[in-house]
Amino acid sequence: MKAPLGRRWHHMPEMSFPDYKSSVSRAPGEAPVKVDKWDASLVLRPVWPSLPSGDADLTANGRTNGEPIGERLLVEGKLTEETGRPVPGALIEIWQANAAGRYIHKEECHPAPLDPNFMGAGRTITAADGSYRFITVKPGSYPWGNHRNAWRPAHIHFSVFGVGIGQRLVTQMYFPGDPTLPYDPIFNATTDAAVRNRMICQFSIEDTVPNWAHCYKFDICLGGGIATPFEEDRHDG
Amino acid sequence: MMADAEDVGAMDPDDKGGIHDFSYEDARSVPRSSGPTPSQTVGPFFAYGLTPGAYRYRLPEIHRTALAGPEVAGDRITLEGQVFDAAGVSVHDAMVELLQADCNGTYAWEQRNDGFTGYGRAGTGAEGPKGDTHFKFHTIKPGATLPEHAPFLTLILTMRGLLNHCVTRVYFPEDAWADDPVVLQVPQSRRATLVAEAIEPGRYRFNIRMRGDQETVFFDV
Ligand SMILES: [Fe+3]
Repeated sequence: MKAPLGRRWHHMPEMSFPDYKSSVSRAPGEAPVKVDKWDASLVLRPVWPSLPSGDADLTANGRTNGEPIGERLLVEGKLTEETGRPVPGALIEIWQANAAGRYIHKEECHPAPLDPNFMGAGRTITAADGSYRFITVKPGSYPWGNHRNAWRPAHIHFSVFGVGIGQRLVTQMYFPGDPTLPYDPIFNATTDAAVRNRMICQFSIEDTVPNWAHCYKFDICLGGGIATPFEEDRHDG
Repeated sequence: MMADAEDVGAMDPDDKGGIHDFSYEDARSVPRSSGPTPSQTVGPFFAYGLTPGAYRYRLPEIHRTALAGPEVAGDRITLEGQVFDAAGVSVHDAMVELLQADCNGTYAWEQRNDGFTGYGRAGTGAEGPKGDTHFKFHTIKPGATLPEHAPFLTLILTMRGLLNHCVTRVYFPEDAWADDPVVLQVPQSRRATLVAEAIEPGRYRFNIRMRGDQETVFFDV
């Protein structure tokens, strides 16, 4: 078994970023321990249960008496490794606020309306070419208590589990041109602008469906895995 | 519990707006470079999407806290614990993922007849901020996955405030964990943080501490 490559830290946010207050009390104090061994779980894809049908359509899976309110969106992209190789069979889960900026979570207290037809969560498995697609509505921006007049830019949360624990990623997708991006400590905790802008999706007129929905492209790249990723290493150990 | 409320949309009634406390370079038009997508926090509101069952949200549950059905061979165990922040306060909005091999030390990487997948998830606050903050898994004790290595469970931790997820291992006190080749690469004074405590036969406790002299070891994977 090869050594874990480790997290690609120079592409990642600071662990403790003081402007994002809860990171200070929750980040570990010590650096993660580098090791030269792991086992097959580093590069073996967990078995995912079959997903309920329609789980990737957030405009359908929360309906009670009609369609959710909001600007309908297609969010699609390709999941790849750093080498550009597609990652098929990966589990992608998303969750988001509704068009008014309100989550259905019980502890959420932003005084914006809930939408009886929008739950705001969905899941899919990437196809053979690493592609995925969700149908949803554009989330609203919402206030939070981190500092004065704090607003999260509109975003969709993503949880990605690729081939093994070396390809675990939890991230957020942001929208181009959002005026609140330059004020958000979570987005800006990734200090290199060219790196953090990878989290901003791109509007695609080519893939926008006439008379139906805007399309935003969000390609996701997973670092990590084993230090020398050759095919024959994938099933040893 | 103001610290707990700071991310959860809790608004200050005295917030008169105006100048923002923080601002950064407006680099929205800087071309992106290619490379790994940065990590972000899971935030406070993941439960209805990632662990909906335990929190009684209506999205069908696909990941469970019970990993082994009746068909699965192996000794039944439970693993429970809490996550403590820098101040020693237990965290009510963390998600813990468990990944493990079967009792023979083999990972499930295709559908199996016994239904074993070796993967589960638990939240630490299904009862809200004032409720029980334990995560709890029902599973089987894994076998060793490599010769000369001790059996272990992998845990992946995500929570509000954590901008990158953390990966740790749970070893069992009755095994030869002290000779495990991965454990031996951890500074000696910190190794014991990787070992669960046996509360009673088949029942283990593993607390995760983010800071302090008992800070849990996390691995760079
Ligand atoms: Fe959010």
